Amino acid sequence: MSKKEKMTEIETKDYLDVRHEDIEPTFSDDVLVGCHNLHKYFPIHGGLFGAKIADVRAVDGISFEIKKGETHSLVGESGAGKTTAAKTLIRLYDSTGGNIYFRRQKTGLFEDVTKIKGEDLRSLRKEVQIVFQDPSGSLNPRIPVGDIIEEPMIVHGIKSKNERKDRVVEMMKIVGLRPEYLKRYQHEFSGGQRQRIGIARALVLNPELVVCDEAVSALDVSIQSQIINLLQRLQEKFSLTYLFIAHDLAVVRHMSDTIGVMYLGKLVESAPNAVLFNNPAHPYTQALLNAVPVPDPEIEHNKKIIMGDIPSPINPPSGCRFRTRCPKVMDICKVEEPKMKEIEPRHMAACHLL
Amino acid sequence: MKTKKNMNQDLNQKEEESIVEERDSINGIAGGIENEAGEVMGNVDYTYAQMVWIRFRKHKMALTGSAIILILLILAFGASTWCGGQNPSFTDITHRFLPPFSPGHFLGTDDVGRDVWTRLLYGGQTSLEIGFFIAIPAGLFGGLVGSISGYFGGWVDSVLMRLVEIFFSIPTLPILVTLSSYFGANKANIILLLIIFGWAGTARMIRGLVLQIKNYEFIEAAKAIGCTNTRIILRHIFPNTLAILIVQMTLAIGGAILAESSLSFLGLGVNPSTPTWGNMLSSAQNFMWNAPHLVVWPGLMIFLTILSFNFLGDGLRDALDPKLKQ
Repeated sequence: MSKKEKMTEIETKDYLDVRHEDIEPTFSDDVLVGCHNLHKYFPIHGGLFGAKIADVRAVDGISFEIKKGETHSLVGESGAGKTTAAKTLIRLYDSTGGNIYFRRQKTGLFEDVTKIKGEDLRSLRKEVQIVFQDPSGSLNPRIPVGDIIEEPMIVHGIKSKNERKDRVVEMMKIVGLRPEYLKRYQHEFSGGQRQRIGIARALVLNPELVVCDEAVSALDVSIQSQIINLLQRLQEKFSLTYLFIAHDLAVVRHMSDTIGVMYLGKLVESAPNAVLFNNPAHPYTQALLNAVPVPDPEIEHNKKIIMGDIPSPINPPSGCRFRTRCPKVMDICKVEEPKMKEIEPRHMAACHLL
Repeated sequence: MKTKKNMNQDLNQKEEESIVEERDSINGIAGGIENEAGEVMGNVDYTYAQMVWIRFRKHKMALTGSAIILILLILAFGASTWCGGQNPSFTDITHRFLPPFSPGHFLGTDDVGRDVWTRLLYGGQTSLEIGFFIAIPAGLFGGLVGSISGYFGGWVDSVLMRLVEIFFSIPTLPILVTLSSYFGANKANIILLLIIFGWAGTARMIRGLVLQIKNYEFIEAAKAIGCTNTRIILRHIFPNTLAILIVQMTLAIGGAILAESSLSFLGLGVNPSTPTWGNMLSSAQNFMWNAPHLVVWPGLMIFLTILSFNFLGDGLRDALDPKLKQ
């Protein structure tokens, strides 16, 4: 990076040309969270006076919904905007455009939470939690783990100290940590245990939605399966809803009810788990599935694997964003951006071939 | 035979299952505890303070430094005990310029016959007091300003950092001389002035550190659980800057003692009737050729103190945060 580039978040209201699809979306009763035409742009500042010179279009208009108690996965290669989408959805980033809807614990009503702030936002934090990718980076090295797990309760005003301590011990047992360890620091634990601490912190307030941001990617395979099983058991026990972000398709297949495939800030296909794996419609999804290694040397290696890198989200290709790497590219792809089409019930894809 | 073996196997299996069940009921639904970290953790739980102490005591120079500081503190603040109740300002014109080891005057007397040993101890009191009272508030204030500046960024950062640059660009010594002659040279004024001109460097350094810390994922995690900004700064960012802040303050104590000495040496520090190492040096310079010991003692004390604090700072840096060691 030769130029002085600085990425910050700013609140931008009016510079979007695409966000005004002013139709109020409708969601059925069993939906917990939904987003409509969600955008997140990061401005790039440069030049002498630090003016905005471009945007990184990390998330560029995606819509999806997650039913209560289900797991929705976002997949795609690095730089597709999965993590940004999730963090924008739970209001860790301020969205640049679009709407986020959430069924609130308190009222049971579906609410637009895109612009809430202050106390209202803090009460939303109680209902939406996140488990981070890097288990050591997401735990403060200076605070004992017992206090880390206790902190959400302090922040949300659970006054009684005994009540909090009991809950910490209970949570540690639930995620499979010895309660004796609560005075220890995160560097004294293994990666898998640290992720358990992260999960305990996320679940201590009984949230509705838990975002698992590549929660198992940093762990080795045997620990991965332990954590995945833990997550599944917790989902059953507390009827949690997961937004699961991963690039490991085997994990996604194991965990998900529905799956959304992202490419360069856009959703290119979304479908129920079985449908997506058995009948992928979009060329990008097909390529992704093809790239999964098969542990069988007899199988021929004549698969089509997409070449090259994901284009820059600062200046994405015109028309269909996948056209630069698509094996089935046509003339129209350069000109017109494909819209999401329902090709069978609950199976949507955005491609001119369909 | 075969059936018996099978039965045995069955029994074993059942036993195993019951053990697993028992373990599950103990451990909640997670099904077992990972054991792989048992080795990492060993059998002893060290608290953070204990680990700091274990690392600190390996640093011999720092241990020596802190021993010297401790001795100096005991000597200075127990001054009335060690000097046999002598008054540091008691003058005795008949016994001027006594050499060291004179009877009744362990380190000799100065130009008006005051006992040097007594003045050295009481001077240490003032000098060390000034050192602590300047370095700690200046460090804390600088740390707070730096944390706010780094955490909020944007215009807050710009304003605060321009302020820091203003303080950097003021030539410290002339302004201190001017101000202390204007407001009067007493201990309180000197402390206040040196605090006002001492926090900027710490603020700049802590800001840089906070810029780094605030990008760590645990800060995002704190936001995700709904922490307020105040809580994030005080509970998550500040403790992570503490290692560097403590080291910085330790080094600043030496610096503050030196600054006070320079001011006193120029005759603009603490009032000459109150002994400090600086004004002892200052009054001794006139008699350097006929009574060199008057220069040696306070000079040696300043040298020892600053050296010790620097070693202590070094040791603390390595002990508090091993990652900082180059």
